[in-house]
Amino acid sequence: MYTQALDIPQQNTEAKGPRTIENPAYQAEFDAKIDAGGYIEAKDWMPESYRKTLVRQISQHAHSEIVGMLPEGNWITRAPTLKRKAILLAKVQDEGGHGLYLYAAAETLGVSRDELLDALHSGRAKYSSIFNYPTLTWADIGVVGWLVDGAAIMNQIPLCKCSYGPYARAMVRICKEESFHQRQGYDLLLTMMKGTEEQRDMVQDAVNRWWWPSIMMFGPHDKDSTHSAQSSRWGIKRISNDDLRQKFVDATVEQAKVLGVTMPDPELKWNEARGHYDFGAIDWDEFWNVVDGHGQGNVDRLAARVKAWDDGAWVREAALEYARKHDARDSRAA
Amino acid sequence: MTQQMTSPEHIEYVLRLGDNALILGQRLSEWCGHAPVLEEDMALANMSLDLIGQARMLLTHAGRLEGRGRDEDQLAFLRTEPNYRNLTLCELPNQDFGRTMVRNFLYSSFQKLLWERLMTSSDAELAAIAAKSIKEARYHAQHSGDWVIRLGDGTADSHARAQGALDYLWPYTAEFFATTPVDDAVAAAGVGPVWSELETAWEALVMPVLAEATLTVPARTPFRSYGKFGRHSEHMGHLLAEMQIMQRTYPGAQW
Repeated sequence: MYTQALDIPQQNTEAKGPRTIENPAYQAEFDAKIDAGGYIEAKDWMPESYRKTLVRQISQHAHSEIVGMLPEGNWITRAPTLKRKAILLAKVQDEGGHGLYLYAAAETLGVSRDELLDALHSGRAKYSSIFNYPTLTWADIGVVGWLVDGAAIMNQIPLCKCSYGPYARAMVRICKEESFHQRQGYDLLLTMMKGTEEQRDMVQDAVNRWWWPSIMMFGPHDKDSTHSAQSSRWGIKRISNDDLRQKFVDATVEQAKVLGVTMPDPELKWNEARGHYDFGAIDWDEFWNVVDGHGQGNVDRLAARVKAWDDGAWVREAALEYARKHDARDSRAA
Repeated sequence: MTQQMTSPEHIEYVLRLGDNALILGQRLSEWCGHAPVLEEDMALANMSLDLIGQARMLLTHAGRLEGRGRDEDQLAFLRTEPNYRNLTLCELPNQDFGRTMVRNFLYSSFQKLLWERLMTSSDAELAAIAAKSIKEARYHAQHSGDWVIRLGDGTADSHARAQGALDYLWPYTAEFFATTPVDDAVAAAGVGPVWSELETAWEALVMPVLAEATLTVPARTPFRSYGKFGRHSEHMGHLLAEMQIMQRTYPGAQW
C-alpha cells in the first residue's frame, strides 16, 4: 500500500538528526552523480534539503503502510472463507513488512523509528489520506487491492529507480509484493462478479466509493504540486502526478470492463485524438478536507495507532529492563 | 481419499485439532495492526497464518473422513457452537499482550508434544499434517516462551501482568488432560495419543520456563472447563458471530 502524500506538506517537516555542512565541491559531486543517474548512498554527502525531503517522503510512506493495515485489518476476523482470511492476513502482514523496510531506509538518513512514530502519533507527520476512508463491505477488500494497490504500484514503480539507493532497493521489494496484492484483489472481485446479484451490487457500490479517492492518490495537479520540481531535479520523482494519474485511469478503465463494473464518472470517455481517457473534474475540496484531518476515519485511525503504541509501552519497557538486567548479570559474570 | 478406518471418534479427534487451530488462529488475527511493536505485529500475524493453515488441512481432512461432503469452510463457518470441539483456552479473549503470550506458550508447548506423537499416526494424512505443524508449534513455543521470560522477569508491572495472566489461564489447562472416551477409541486404533498421558511431559516443558520467568504456578483447583466436549465459555458465541457473519448472511455464495 502507499502514500499520495509525497507532495503534501506536513506541519513540521523539521526532522532531527545530523545537519549537513554545505560545501560547493561536495554539492558539485552530488549534482554530477544525480545527473548521471547514479545512486546516492547513506554514507555519501547530500544537501540538507535532499535529506529532509527524503525523510519526509520515506516516513510518510512508512506511516501509510502501518496505518494502511487498519482498514483492511477491519475485515480479517470476518473474511468469508478460510482461504480469503489467509490471503488477507498475509497481505496485511506484508504491509507491516513494508513499513519495516521503509522505517529502516529512513533510519539510514539519521532519524530513529521512535522519532518518526512520535511525529505520526502527535499528528505532525502525514500518512496517505486514502486510509481515512472506511472499508464497509467485503467487496471493499477487493477494491482496495485492485484500485488502491493499483494506484500505489503506478506511483511506486518509478521510485524503484529513485536516486536514493536504500529507498530504491526497498521499493523494488515492495513493488513485487504490491503487484501480487493487486492481482489477489482483482481475483476476489472477479469471483464476486460471477456470484449473486447482491454480490455484484456490493462490488459496484465499493467501486463507486473508492474510484475518486483512488485517483486522488496521485496528488494535486502538476501546476499545484509544491514539491514536484525540486523532487524531479533530485531524481526522487521521475514522472509527474498528472501523467501517472492518466496512466492509471487508462489501465483501470479497461480492467473495469472485464470485471463488468462502471466508474462513477459520467465524463469518463475515450479521447481518440489524445489517445487517452478523458475524465471529470476531481473534487479537490474533498481531497484537502481529508488531508487536513476531516475525513471519516482520520480520528479513529490515528487513535488506533496511538492506542496500540500506548498499550504496548509496558511490553517494550519490560523487554528493555530484561535486557538491562541480563547485560548487567553477564558483565558481572565476565 | 479412502480411509481404512473411520469412526465417529476419529472424526471428532481430528475436528478437535482443527478447531483448536481455527479458534486460536482467529483470536491471534485480532492483533493484526495493534501489537506493541511492528515486529510483533508480523510475528502474531505469522502465527495466526500458521494456525489457519493447520485448520484448513485438518478441517478438510475431517470433512473427508466424515464423508458428508462438508468442506473446510462449511465446517469452519456453518456449525453451531456445541459442535466446535476446541479447548476453551483457545477461545478466551486476548486481553493484553501478556495474556496472549502466556496462552500461546501453554498451548504451543502442548501442541509440540501432540504433533510429535501424531507424526506416527496410523492415519497417514494426519501424520503428514503433524510433520508440517510440529515445526510451527516449535517456533510458536520458542517465541512465546521468550516473551513469557522477558515479561515475567522484566519490570514489576510486567511481572504482575504475566503472573495475572498465568493465574487466569492456568485453570483452563486442566481441560487439555481431561479424559474422554474419544481419546481411548482413537488411541486403540493407533490414530493418536490419549491427551491425559501428555500431562507429565507438558509440565516438564513449561515449568522450567515459568520458573525462569520468576512466575509462581498456581495450585490446581476444582475449576473445570469443557470446550472440547462442546460446552464453551460465554466468549465463544461472540467469536463465532463475528467469524461466521458472511457465510450466515449470504448462504451459498461463493467468495
